[in-house]
Amino acid sequence: MTNNSYFPEGSELERFVKRRRQKGVIWRSLFLLATTLGVVILMVLLLSIIDDSLGYAAVQYKIDPQEMVVGFYQDMALNAPNARTFDDADELARALVAQPDAVGLLDEATFRAHADDLRAVSIEDGELPGVVVAVSQQNDWPQSVSMLELMPLFTIAETWSDVRAAWPETPVHRYLPPASSPALTTFVASVYGDDPAQQPVEALLAMLAQHLSPGALRQFVAEKPLDQRTQEEVLGILEERVLEPTVIETWSLSRSILHKDEIEAAIAGMPDAELEFRRWVTWDFITSPQSSRPELAGVRTAIIGSLWVVLITLLFSVPVGIGAAVYLEEYGSGSRLDQFIENNINNLAGVPSIIYGMLGLAVFVRALEPLTSGSMFGLADPTTANGRTILAAGLTLGLLILPIIIINAREAIRAVPRAFREASYGLGATQWQTIWHHVLPNAIPGILTGSILAISRAFGETAPLVVVGASTAIFVDPNGPFSKFTTLPIQIYQWTSRPQAAFQNLAAAAIIVLLALLLALNAVAILLRNKYQRSY
Amino acid sequence: MADQSSSNGHYAIEAKNLNVFYGDFHAVKDVNLTVEKNKITALIGPSGCGKSTVLRCFNRMNDLIPVARIQGDVLFHGKNIYDPDVDPVQVRRRIGMVFQKPNPFPKSIYDNVAWGAKINGFKGDLDELVRTSLEGAALWDEVKDKLDANGYSLSGGQQQRLCIARALAVRPDIILMDEPTSALDPIASLRIEELMIQLAEQYTIIVVTHNMQQAARVSDYTAFFTVDEGRTGYLEEFAPTEELFTTPRSRITEDYITGRFG
Repeated sequence: MTNNSYFPEGSELERFVKRRRQKGVIWRSLFLLATTLGVVILMVLLLSIIDDSLGYAAVQYKIDPQEMVVGFYQDMALNAPNARTFDDADELARALVAQPDAVGLLDEATFRAHADDLRAVSIEDGELPGVVVAVSQQNDWPQSVSMLELMPLFTIAETWSDVRAAWPETPVHRYLPPASSPALTTFVASVYGDDPAQQPVEALLAMLAQHLSPGALRQFVAEKPLDQRTQEEVLGILEERVLEPTVIETWSLSRSILHKDEIEAAIAGMPDAELEFRRWVTWDFITSPQSSRPELAGVRTAIIGSLWVVLITLLFSVPVGIGAAVYLEEYGSGSRLDQFIENNINNLAGVPSIIYGMLGLAVFVRALEPLTSGSMFGLADPTTANGRTILAAGLTLGLLILPIIIINAREAIRAVPRAFREASYGLGATQWQTIWHHVLPNAIPGILTGSILAISRAFGETAPLVVVGASTAIFVDPNGPFSKFTTLPIQIYQWTSRPQAAFQNLAAAAIIVLLALLLALNAVAILLRNKYQRSY
Repeated sequence: MADQSSSNGHYAIEAKNLNVFYGDFHAVKDVNLTVEKNKITALIGPSGCGKSTVLRCFNRMNDLIPVARIQGDVLFHGKNIYDPDVDPVQVRRRIGMVFQKPNPFPKSIYDNVAWGAKINGFKGDLDELVRTSLEGAALWDEVKDKLDANGYSLSGGQQQRLCIARALAVRPDIILMDEPTSALDPIASLRIEELMIQLAEQYTIIVVTHNMQQAARVSDYTAFFTVDEGRTGYLEEFAPTEELFTTPRSRITEDYITGRFG
């Protein structure tokens, strides 16, 4: 009765409850805000990386690809059998009139001036803007030709019948304007095309021979006979050694979309530069080795290096970490020494990674050089022959993540219900049988989760590897634990510090590759973990 | 441990002046208890009286607690199981245990039963052993078609009988049961009680229970434990069950069994 007066009643109660609920709403909004903030920051990060990995680039070629193709076919036409060059178009027209076996190239104006004595050959399936393929009025066979027939007609055909069997077996005479004339350029570009990517492999090989020194060409032949190479391969060599594109400037995706006019203005001020829209993450980027030229550089070397290092790290730290965790949890008696070890492990997890780099340098690179360089086993890589190898790096990262793995594995082992241990002991099992058959199998999901997190950290670690001596410029793939190496984060770090604009885009592309690899590793690990998921 | 006859042949196990300490805390003092073969002995008493502690002394389960210290003798076949030359693994092989909360291994029903035999070097027909053990625990008919199913797919009562089958599979002499029905519903509890009476034909059973009716229903002997002022547990009275419940010698026992405290 009177007790009730101690508690709020009526409207006071209503206000009181409302106030309490409001407090909850405020906290909820704060938590929502925190979550949103995290997600937004993550999105911004991803977007900024994607922004840098796509966009326009101003590309300058040492030899313009179109000029290379056009020049090649011009040369072929000019050097064809019975080809004559006339500097003066009228002279060409007059010579053409006099030679019934000849075919000539004329600009439209000249042709019209001589239209009485010359006949235009019509093109069946195309157009030659401003250019006329002409023959003498005395010549009566080629009424019309196809584009395909024009190709041999002006280059390799020796007689008219080589082009079309119905035509006479008289030799073809070709009367051509000089190399620099627009008529010949237009004709070649229209008939043979000017895009290197659309040329047959034989033509590309001939272009390669035309532009490369015989020595360089022999080097390629030694690698793999030219006639066994695909069109794509030859195109790649051409691009790398002949065209030599240079990216002068790049624009991010957002600028490419929003400020196209600015970019076009900028490109107008750059002589010889072409605007190309580039995707920096390409299959070529993933499969190409490192290069000092951003146009050719890829991350294959770094990916293989990263995978090797992480493999060593995994092989070292997971068994050792689980072993230590089992000892500390199951066998450790809580003696002073055990406590000392335990405290140290917990503290080691918080030591900055650069310190581990110093440790790795002193221990693995220097003190254990015979082991880490492989010279102990006679397996030293002749190009390194010091301790700055994958093995040293893997062991260093292994030490770095060992405390994390131990701590997580101990948690997982401790989480195995006591009831399983008691049941096992109660049946007359020894301690080892209990650990092996019950504790470890039930701790595996937890141990895996911890190890995944630790391995992911090792995968993205940079600082200790810089100290241990990851190579910044390495062009050969590592082929074993005793190779010198670079890893993806090192590669990214190195690229971001380069002055050329294109390297910034490459760094962004490499970050995307790194993230994708991390996601893939984690996905595999999560699948494994789900497979062993606890069933009790 | 060889099966040897002893001076007190009809006792399965015997505690003499048993004292248990947890660190500085004297948990149980001066327990003298003789457990007869093929009988059910119940340990009852209020919370914290040390009855579970005493039970766990019989198969050296207290060894698993680092701070536990035991004084006195536990004679099994005339041999003190706390002698330095006795391996607790051998003791537990002979003296099985069933726990308060059903705790099957997260394995198949078959493996739950077979595992103990396998690690103890069983060389006979495992399938046959699994069948007889499950039959012994009155579970065979319910699980014979799903031996591959996980132990945790069973109901609580079935899980507890699976744990009993698991204990039977290593053919122990004595089965210790630590409040085996406290996590079960009344019907499942009743089935376990019936099973205990059946098992007593072949095994010696020592059971800790909170439930006095259960002790009265199933046990042949009852040991009543209680605590003194220092919270140390001791054995107040030990007698045939009927005698203890009808004509208790001690006043404290009478107060407890009539529900005046505990």
